[in-house]
Amino acid sequence: MPDQKAHLHTCPGGLVLPGNKSVSTALPIVGPVIPARLTLPLQQHIGGPSNLLVSPGESVKKGQPLSIASEYISAPVHAPTSGTVVDIGNYPVPHPSGMQAQCVILETDGRDERFQPHHGTEHYSQLEPYNLRGRIREAGIVGLGGAGFPTPVKLNPGPGREIDLLIINGIECEPYITCDDMLMREAADEIIGGLQIIRHALQVRECIIALEDNKPEAITAIENAIETSDNQHIRVSAIPAVYPSGGERQLIRILTGLEVPTQGLPSDIGIICHNVATIAAVYRAIVEHEPLISRIVTITGAGVVQPRNIRALIGTPISELVEQCDGYTEGVERLIMGGPMMGFALPSDHLPVIKTTNCLIAATRDEMPPPRPAIACIRCGECARACPASLLPQQLYWHAKNSDFDKAQDYKLFDCIECGCCAYVCPSHIPLVQYYRYAKTEIWALEQEREKSERARRRHDFRLKRLEQIKQERAQRLQHKKDALKKTVRKDEDPRKAAIQAALERVHAKKISSGDVAKNVDNLTNEQSKMIDEVDRRRSKKQDSPRETRH
Amino acid sequence: MEFRSNTSPHITGTGSVPAVMREVLYALIPGAAVFCWFFGWGVLVNLALAAGTSVAAEAAMLRLRGRPVATTLRDNSALLTGVLLALCLPPLVPWWIPVIGALFAIVVAKQFYGGLGYNPFNPAMVGYVVLLISFPFELTLWPVPNAMAGNGPGLLDTLRMNLAGILPDGTAIDALTMATPMDTIKTGLGLNQTLSEIMSGPAFGAYSGTGWEWINLLFLLGGLWLMWRNIIQWQIPAAMLVSLFVFALLFYLSNPDVYSSPVFHLLSGATMLGAFFIATDPVSACTTTRGRLLYGAGIGFFVYIIRTWGGYPDGVAFAVLLMNMAAPTIDYYTQPRVFGHRRD
Ligand code: SF4
Ligand code: SF4
Repeated sequence: MPDQKAHLHTCPGGLVLPGNKSVSTALPIVGPVIPARLTLPLQQHIGGPSNLLVSPGESVKKGQPLSIASEYISAPVHAPTSGTVVDIGNYPVPHPSGMQAQCVILETDGRDERFQPHHGTEHYSQLEPYNLRGRIREAGIVGLGGAGFPTPVKLNPGPGREIDLLIINGIECEPYITCDDMLMREAADEIIGGLQIIRHALQVRECIIALEDNKPEAITAIENAIETSDNQHIRVSAIPAVYPSGGERQLIRILTGLEVPTQGLPSDIGIICHNVATIAAVYRAIVEHEPLISRIVTITGAGVVQPRNIRALIGTPISELVEQCDGYTEGVERLIMGGPMMGFALPSDHLPVIKTTNCLIAATRDEMPPPRPAIACIRCGECARACPASLLPQQLYWHAKNSDFDKAQDYKLFDCIECGCCAYVCPSHIPLVQYYRYAKTEIWALEQEREKSERARRRHDFRLKRLEQIKQERAQRLQHKKDALKKTVRKDEDPRKAAIQAALERVHAKKISSGDVAKNVDNLTNEQSKMIDEVDRRRSKKQDSPRETRH
Repeated sequence: MEFRSNTSPHITGTGSVPAVMREVLYALIPGAAVFCWFFGWGVLVNLALAAGTSVAAEAAMLRLRGRPVATTLRDNSALLTGVLLALCLPPLVPWWIPVIGALFAIVVAKQFYGGLGYNPFNPAMVGYVVLLISFPFELTLWPVPNAMAGNGPGLLDTLRMNLAGILPDGTAIDALTMATPMDTIKTGLGLNQTLSEIMSGPAFGAYSGTGWEWINLLFLLGGLWLMWRNIIQWQIPAAMLVSLFVFALLFYLSNPDVYSSPVFHLLSGATMLGAFFIATDPVSACTTTRGRLLYGAGIGFFVYIIRTWGGYPDGVAFAVLLMNMAAPTIDYYTQPRVFGHRRD
């Protein structure tokens, strides 16, 4: 049995939400269907975009890199199957702003021919952590839990940082999403395999796999996999299903009682967290030499006929996945990527699955009704009770609404994780999170403005300073010349006497600074010197005695 | 296919302000019913007058201020204000007392400040205090509890009394009314009687005044139900009751002849109504968890002071208004420690 609640701590706030999960876990995960066209955005991660390696007309094979990481925090994109690059240009991508971005359009040939990578086939345990990180980086792996932060960066805590706990996050606290649950049920050995690789890369011993206590199948599967892999120091921890306990900081708090400092990273307190799907992808990359070219996506909601989990090639149009679920039901109204609490609405289904697409919810009006009209805040404090960051959402709302951004920051606006708990419970139906997003965007914009003018001001100041410096230097040079002239004039002083006096002064100064001589001890009376000697003797005795007793 | 867009969260809970207010109204029913049982039809007359005036005044003010009338009235807050005010009034007051009180509560204490959510003071208590100060005589018109009088005036008699000021044949107002238990104690103590002498009189039951103990117990019940329904949180009522109890206990132990027992305080006057229904008015109370504890404790403290040494028999209304004043400051100094920050 997993150690239930034994080591668990509480986290502030949070909500027990209706799960709506079982609809999509009835059927097993189906394998990828190769669509005719794949749309592959060059930026599917947090960080710099990747630089293109292919050009239109080129044929590529499955697993061939299409781009290369442009900087440390970046990730390459690979061809999910074989085919021809037919276009490279701006296409709509799944993004909250509905924007367009550079994409590679791949026309597939259905042959699914593999690209032969040329790196070695040594067992991972023979690789240095450094090499291992390099391979994970080449495989384009990013956090699959939703954030899309490049995984190799998280595997490099930096010099001098000891990592003593690895947390594998199998918590899917948002309603509807089941892709991690299904992965754990069906591919627990990939997860344990990936875990061992990451452990080697981080050189860390202790490891906790965390999942919710309402996933008995996944718990059993993981435990069996641990048993067959004969691993020590892996603990399975089943925690209560409360939203948002799958958030990295919340989960760390629940498992260890520690809080990641607000401006810090988990590695600051010796902890690293990885999502289960991410480490399964690491396993596929290192052991099966398959870069990140597919992922499991939950297609669910009352808006699709047969909700289920699908392993989809990156770049597959969402509409094709819906086809695999027998299409839409009548009354479908909205399409959400991610969960209902933090996901964002997609304007259309002609958008590709990307590395961070964990869930697609096709919702009917009943499921996700249009927002109700907001009324005045009645200061009931429900929002504060629900807030996992222990903020005072109604105060934040008040200041954001009045565009009083300094006050909003006093109330720690930037600690808001936009989890939506406050808006969920608000009896006045105030779209609180919208106000926080608005305030944050405004503050960022203001800051950029300020930075710009600050830079300009600094440039100006610098120039003034330089002019001033030049002026001073000139004046100094002049002064030096004058002084030199003066010295030659003062001939009446005895140069030898002056030199001796100067040497004496130097010695005295040295003594004072090295502490050999106390200050103000010139011109003492005899009695005073005696007293000082007495004190010095006593002091030295005192210092000596403890050392003696220790012998 | 194209889809309707919106920002997260895409789902919301089922709570709403009208529902919250409605549940509070439901929770008042048992207490109000017993109140009626002991003190007669006048309670219902007051309820009808105060609630009706409140809703009408709210509608008129919303129209004047150019706000949506129908949707706003549906939040039930004006209705609740009227009901709370009526539950504080003596049942034999003339009709214009609840009307003036409700008008003042809604027009001045609520709408002049901007309506629901913006009023710094509890409107029902403002209305009540205005009445208490302006019409002290009328506010002593508490009838003899029915349980003692055998049978109080019927509905028609009550209506005639409250609306037209016509007393039933052959009765004087003095025969119908009687000082409240807390008044009786005040007067008795003034005459140098001991508490046990005073409380052996017919106006007292096992723990406090006849009828009052039951009324308080049923408001307590309603309050517990609200807590169970998650409509109110425990901090304010618990802190208020504990602090009232503790202060009463300290003085009671020092001299039981002069200071009433803590149980008497908990079951007298508006204690339970105040703790669960008035002090918990979200708009004018504290919102932080620690702030609510302080706020409740402050009310308990002032209630005790005013009851024991003040010029008015009961102190709930004044205590609540005093703490309303302090609420923003308390909130400011009791902000919770934000996750990931050190306590500073
Ligand atoms: S939940 Fe809504 S109404 Fe209640 S205090 Fe928060 S913002 Fe105000
Ligand atoms: S959205 Fe922000 S303020 Fe609201 S509950 Fe979440 S963290 Fe707290």
